[in-house]
Amino acid sequence: MKEFSGPALFLDRNDINTDEIIPAKYLTEITKKALAPYILEDLKLEGFDPKSQAMAQAGVIVTRANFGCGSSREHAVWVLEVNNINMVIAEGFARIFRQNMFNCGMLALEMSGRDIDALFALGKEVTLFADINAGRLTVTGRTAEGGTREQSFSFELDAFDRDLLLAGGWLEYADKNY
Amino acid sequence: MGKTITEKIFETHLRDTPSPGNVVLGIDVVMCHEITTPIAITDLMERGMDRVFDPARIKAVIDHVTPSKDSKTATQAKILRDWAARHNIKDFFDIGANGVCHALFPEKGFIRPGYTVIMGDSHTCTHGAFGAFAAGIGTTDLEVGILKGVCAFKLPETMRINIIGALPAGVYAKDVILHIIKTLTVNGATNKVIEFTGPVVDNMSMESRMTLCNMAIEAGGTCGVCLPDRVTAEYLWPFIKDEYPTIDAAADAFTRWHSDPDARYAASLTVDVSKLAPQITFGYKPDQVKDVTEMVGTRIDQVYIGSCTNGRIEDLREAAGILKNRRLASGVRGILSPATPAVYAQAMTEGIINIFMNAGFCVTNPTCGACLGMSNGVLAAGEACASTTNRNFNGRMGKGGMVHLMSPATAAATAVAGHIADPRPYMNG
Ligand code: SF4
Repeated sequence: MKEFSGPALFLDRNDINTDEIIPAKYLTEITKKALAPYILEDLKLEGFDPKSQAMAQAGVIVTRANFGCGSSREHAVWVLEVNNINMVIAEGFARIFRQNMFNCGMLALEMSGRDIDALFALGKEVTLFADINAGRLTVTGRTAEGGTREQSFSFELDAFDRDLLLAGGWLEYADKNY
Repeated sequence: MGKTITEKIFETHLRDTPSPGNVVLGIDVVMCHEITTPIAITDLMERGMDRVFDPARIKAVIDHVTPSKDSKTATQAKILRDWAARHNIKDFFDIGANGVCHALFPEKGFIRPGYTVIMGDSHTCTHGAFGAFAAGIGTTDLEVGILKGVCAFKLPETMRINIIGALPAGVYAKDVILHIIKTLTVNGATNKVIEFTGPVVDNMSMESRMTLCNMAIEAGGTCGVCLPDRVTAEYLWPFIKDEYPTIDAAADAFTRWHSDPDARYAASLTVDVSKLAPQITFGYKPDQVKDVTEMVGTRIDQVYIGSCTNGRIEDLREAAGILKNRRLASGVRGILSPATPAVYAQAMTEGIINIFMNAGFCVTNPTCGACLGMSNGVLAAGEACASTTNRNFNGRMGKGGMVHLMSPATAAATAVAGHIADPRPYMNG
């Protein structure tokens, strides 16, 4: 099973679509690795730089509603995977993107608008860790004095979605069961 | 408790319930194109799983970039071509016979009421126009579909949209769906099937119903669906005439898929189109929609008529009605991509291709072409395109380009005017 943790990248916008996550012109690549440099290349978001340090270090994306809308391209999930991002936390996902995440053994975590607001309020430099068995998301950040502070949120995971994560993806699950 | 058409289709295709609310369905048709399938094929090969569950239920086409434009797209085409040959997939469409998947496959009679259909393409929802459950999926779902003929879904709810009134002149299915997406927003139908009902839908051709269902995904919908009726039976007649004694008998049989009167809907909405004006998008999201009258005069560099939304014969006729004896305004480029070879041939027979060429349009072979900015009409930064396609995302038709979505009639009027124009004054000569 993949690890669902890492420094958070906050994308403060609704409706981030798959063309923004990975533009169509890169769909001619036939390996996942080749997609890596183009992550979020066309994202329309004030102050966002796809070549920034924050992007390079990110292990988790935290965003708003309807993330991954638009095309069915699984490339939008792979481009995260090859950039070591195995978890996206959002107020909601487009259906196909969400399914593609679990199909790849990656975590698309839906949380309430209130919890998402709380995550955004925690500030930029935080590290997240999701324990899918306990249903707990732990956030670790730095205090002004240089110490660390921790906060946790609970979440619920659908049983089948969890089975997909445990199996490592839908192909592995289906091969065993059908 | 009554059932919706989608619930009936799910019930008849149920293979497994891995957990409450999640179902695994048997799939009738797995459709493939050269953008999302090659990577599935190579992955299956690497895993030693290069098999197909049933070659007769797999349909494949090279449509997004065709003829291939460079070595990479040539390789994608070759992977799909070789795979189709290796597995004896008879319904494979290559250069000379290929066209935009969601226009071509219906034309070939591959979709029937009550079917389950998947494809690695979000606009697979188009096929719901035949009373099928048709959903876009990603590559992993596609791999499992190819290998096992199954796909997992969460049980979707259904949203019913009852379309009433009479469509005014110059207003078409495209305007109706743009208006609906504006109402629902890009997220309004997420995880839902949109069932289109009502007298306006009943009176629509299959082409118009496909335009309607095509854009269900732009409101987040899993699938759009229309109830199969006599119009459906007429369209499918060449393919089903051995199965039913008459068209009416076929239409009658199709009613088994109709939603029951007491079926439960997550939401029901009535849309009266009697006063609807031609619609157009203005931003980077398909729910950013206005009446065309509010946008008249907006600068345009290119007009694109084609795609799985509006590249069918009905669409070409609609545009040609306005382009006849007129010319593209100077400074504006026009591109027509008939969606399939049959559409192209029919348009030639009817003199429509001539009308476009006389107007100064470039006519390409059937392909997705400029729709997703991969070939045949990519925009330069700062350029704007009046387009009959379905997506206006940032960068969709080329980095830095702007796309305005509209009907073929509005696109044709815009081509002639040289800026966004209302089609209504251009009608009747
Ligand atoms: S015409 Fe456009 S929207 Fe339709 S299948 Fe082709 S690329 Fe996709």
